[in-house]
Amino acid sequence: MAEASFSASRVSKENLEKRLLSGKRAERGTETLIHMLLLAATVVSIATTLGIVFVLVNESFRFFQEVSVIEFLTGTKWTPRFQPSLFGVLPLVAGTVLVAAIAILVAAPVGLFTAIFLSEYAPNRLRRVVKPMLEILAGIPTVVYGYFALTFVTPLLQTFLFPDMIIFNALSAGLVMGVMIIPIVSSLSEDAMLAVPRSLREAAYALGATRFEVATRVVTPAALSGIVAAIILGLSRAIGETMLVTIAAGATPRLTIDPRESIQTMTAYIVQVGFGETPQGTTIYYTIFAVALLLFVMTLAMNILGHLVVRRWRQAY
Amino acid sequence: MTNGVTENPGGGETRRASIMTTVVSLEGSRDRERSPGRLALPEQVSDRVPVAERPVSLSTQNMSLYYGEFRALKDITVEIPERTVTAIIGASGCGKSSFLRSFNRMNDLIPGVRVEGSVEMAGVPIYDRRVDVTELRRVVGMVFQRPNPLPMSIYENITYGPRRRGVRNRAELDEIVERCLTQAALWDEVKDKLNQEGNELSGGQQQRLCIARTLAVEPDVILMDEPCSALDPASTLRIEELMQELGHEYTILVVTHNMQQAARVSEMTAFMHMEEDRAGLLVEFGPTTEIFTTPKEKTTEDYITGRFS
Repeated sequence: MAEASFSASRVSKENLEKRLLSGKRAERGTETLIHMLLLAATVVSIATTLGIVFVLVNESFRFFQEVSVIEFLTGTKWTPRFQPSLFGVLPLVAGTVLVAAIAILVAAPVGLFTAIFLSEYAPNRLRRVVKPMLEILAGIPTVVYGYFALTFVTPLLQTFLFPDMIIFNALSAGLVMGVMIIPIVSSLSEDAMLAVPRSLREAAYALGATRFEVATRVVTPAALSGIVAAIILGLSRAIGETMLVTIAAGATPRLTIDPRESIQTMTAYIVQVGFGETPQGTTIYYTIFAVALLLFVMTLAMNILGHLVVRRWRQAY
Repeated sequence: MTNGVTENPGGGETRRASIMTTVVSLEGSRDRERSPGRLALPEQVSDRVPVAERPVSLSTQNMSLYYGEFRALKDITVEIPERTVTAIIGASGCGKSSFLRSFNRMNDLIPGVRVEGSVEMAGVPIYDRRVDVTELRRVVGMVFQRPNPLPMSIYENITYGPRRRGVRNRAELDEIVERCLTQAALWDEVKDKLNQEGNELSGGQQQRLCIARTLAVEPDVILMDEPCSALDPASTLRIEELMQELGHEYTILVVTHNMQQAARVSEMTAFMHMEEDRAGLLVEFGPTTEIFTTPKEKTTEDYITGRFS
């Protein structure tokens, strides 16, 4: 019987050719189409980014034909609207950094403690309630935070701490911005902590470590790259935030480190010029592109730093 | 299954005998291989006092353990002798690990765990409200199934426990590191690279590091949850040797799936079995030789002769 089955090849050439070579063209066509569609979706964001960079660089170039890069980056007076017009961006950078620094001083510790609480202390049921609440905090429009800073936090600070403080100030904007970015820091840090394997926690508990020691000496170091990345992302968000500072921090470009003063951030300046009756083609019009380009470079640097940190400090566990 | 046993009693005998032969031959070869420079622990109770006369270390009385509504362990009553290696054997899922982890209250980390009945160490109820759980875990150390060195250097892994206890003196810590690594038969291999990350060692070395780390806390009891299941045969042999040596000084409770291992390293064996309601029971507890040669319970005999696993 076995011999009989070999008398003729079971697979005929014609048959196999029909299956393999004629192919289901239609199916292959669909595959190509899907491929293109997915690629197109990806291209949208990349192309937009490239477009923005192109516009920024292009328009900034015109600005730098009138004002030297050195003057722009090192000048300490920003008075584009007055005579003499001075285009030193440092006051705007200082305002931005000041608010962002206050924000991160609030958000980093509070966010980290929140993450430790949620991942190491909170019972599951509590975590299921608190996490969505934090995410709601992240979903509140920034304009709401702006008026919250202006109409609630500033009066509060004036009443209890600094009676002489001006109504528009960096402190109140920075504090509220800190609260605003707590969810970014806490949520990403908590994800990093939850990714720390249970076996490490057990190892420490089995050696007689307390819950606090496990959280601070095992889980936090193991999740450090994720935590640092979370803080950098929060900082990057703080630098780019616009509406809150436009409303609450003032419109006075000032090179200062006193948080009680009215300042202007880079983003707030861009809004101010954008809203105003600035004629297209004037030097003032081009300043917003130069400032935006610098802002872009700053946040890009933060993001690259974040990536480097994650890669460099990633702990093998 | 009942028929299987009555019809073929000789089969069981043969298999049991072959297990014991393996045990004996392995022990012989190990004695020959033992290097002279190896640290010999002081010969203590084990060699003089018969197991039955040693004081009781861990004991349970009608102990049950629940995960929420699910009863994982049912009415376990046992008295585990001090300074003895006791093996816990049984099929997967019968609650061996849960049982082991109830002695250092590691199960507390899982939400919804409840223990009923009494669990005592040297007569002290360890589930008492007043018990300091972190202190309990120093008295009852643990080695896990997969080696889990902390993401720090070898030196820091060993000193982690002592530092938590407040030992800060560098010389004292150095002394602890050398003593514990020597005791865990790892010192010669790592003494020149104590600052290397613990998880850069081989699997077998990592597990010995975990044992050394446990010793550094100076426990009385060491729980081992399948400590060799992730290791190659050579490393397994080293860990088994280590268990036997440490068994002279410490009360060791080891969960294992490997019956040869249980027979090789332990003096006492506990056989656990899962019932239809999936709750784990202690079927039989006694000297290892008796469990493996003349078990009293038929379930034990079925298990050790490989009728089910």
